[in-house]
Amino acid sequence: MDKNNNPVLLEIQDVYKKYDDKEILKGIDLSLHKGEVLVVLGPSGCGKSTFLRCLNGLEKIQGGDIKFKEQSFTDKNANWQKIHEKIGMVFQNYELFPHMTVIENILLGPLKVQKRDRAEALAEAERLLERVGLLDRKDSYPRQLSGGQKQRIAIVRALCMNPEIILFDEVTASLDPEMVREVLDVILGLAKQGMTMVIVTHEMGFAEAVADRIIFMDEGKICEESEPNEFFTNPKTERAKHFLNIFQF
Amino acid sequence: MQNSAINVIFQENNIKRLFEGLFVTAEIAFISIIIGSILGILIGLSRTTKYRLVLFINRVYLEAFRIIPTLVWLFVFYFGVTTALNIDLSGEVVSIIVFSLWGAAEMGDIVRGALQSLPKHQIESGKALGLNYYQVYRYVLIPQAIRRMIPGTINLATRMIKTTSLVVLIGVIDVVKMGQQIIESSRFQFPTASFWIYGFIFFLYFIICYPLSRISKRLETKWSN
Repeated sequence: MDKNNNPVLLEIQDVYKKYDDKEILKGIDLSLHKGEVLVVLGPSGCGKSTFLRCLNGLEKIQGGDIKFKEQSFTDKNANWQKIHEKIGMVFQNYELFPHMTVIENILLGPLKVQKRDRAEALAEAERLLERVGLLDRKDSYPRQLSGGQKQRIAIVRALCMNPEIILFDEVTASLDPEMVREVLDVILGLAKQGMTMVIVTHEMGFAEAVADRIIFMDEGKICEESEPNEFFTNPKTERAKHFLNIFQF
Repeated sequence: MQNSAINVIFQENNIKRLFEGLFVTAEIAFISIIIGSILGILIGLSRTTKYRLVLFINRVYLEAFRIIPTLVWLFVFYFGVTTALNIDLSGEVVSIIVFSLWGAAEMGDIVRGALQSLPKHQIESGKALGLNYYQVYRYVLIPQAIRRMIPGTINLATRMIKTTSLVVLIGVIDVVKMGQQIIESSRFQFPTASFWIYGFIFFLYFIICYPLSRISKRLETKWSN
């Protein structure tokens, strides 16, 4: 199955980003095809999280362009609401809204942003909750849930907007080890269904299992881009070799 | 109890007069709290802006009410502003103006504190769902901020109620002044009247302020579960 023939959803051209005088991204080129799972790896501070945040406009870019289908992010009249709707994101620190129950969290976007019919949105939300095994928690508050449960809910919340792409920003990094699996399984399930995703993670085994393509970043640039199997067994660059060695005892 | 000084409370229409005084106190306090809260919310929202000038003006306003005693503000408006602008304002109106301005300044700080204490991630989470600026405030920030504002707001309200006792000094007949008048007029008949009258006033303040702190406690426990 070669996803490179699928239509391009995100076209990233020479993206440049800096905070004050600090250069974070120094020219990134990439295209993301429909149905593709892209995993971004790299040492801390390499700019991978910032890069991910640029992909749905949470961070503004100072140079280059990002296009979602035909919509350019640098267009002054860009419809950000539409972009956010279509490019979902799940964060490291399970950011559910603490004053709302699980189901209210999930329905906020569909009802208030997409103005969907409540019964229809609710049915979808319940179906998705069922799929991640949390239907019985739909009236709980976030504080009553474990980290892994919260993160699965956050994924459902993103999914319920029917996005075309979902971005995952180190979603298991704050979890206790025994909860990592349940979250990764959900993401793996989405990959099998053909969801287009960009994933920043430090879970190497997961990266290898889920990715169609691995992007290795260092110092604000893409150093290496390859098939997961090839990347993990035979990395091309010294930096990638060095990086992978850190994960082996 | 025939000769007990406690009778001073029930003599003639003293109770009625004390309640009239209490009504003036409560009226000034509650109108000011309401106006102060509404203005305070707007000020608090404006203080989350990046515009330095707005922040600076707000800062000066808040500090002016923190540094200068409320009594001085009452005098400034009652004697100063009225003469300078050649207008006639009753003591009650001046009290409401000053207490509203003070309440707004403090409330603004409470609202700002509550909004800024919310994690930045909450805003991003809302944005990532496609909520617009207004919706992020409406559905995400304000409901959470209100929960965090409750203790400070109730505290401010009770402080405002208590501080209304200063309005005596610009000629408003509030519950304290009414008590003084009763004590004066019954000095010969009941030498210990002040104990009973002020004791009763103590009780009146208590029955206004206590329910507020009860409500605050209840809301806090309700929202923490």
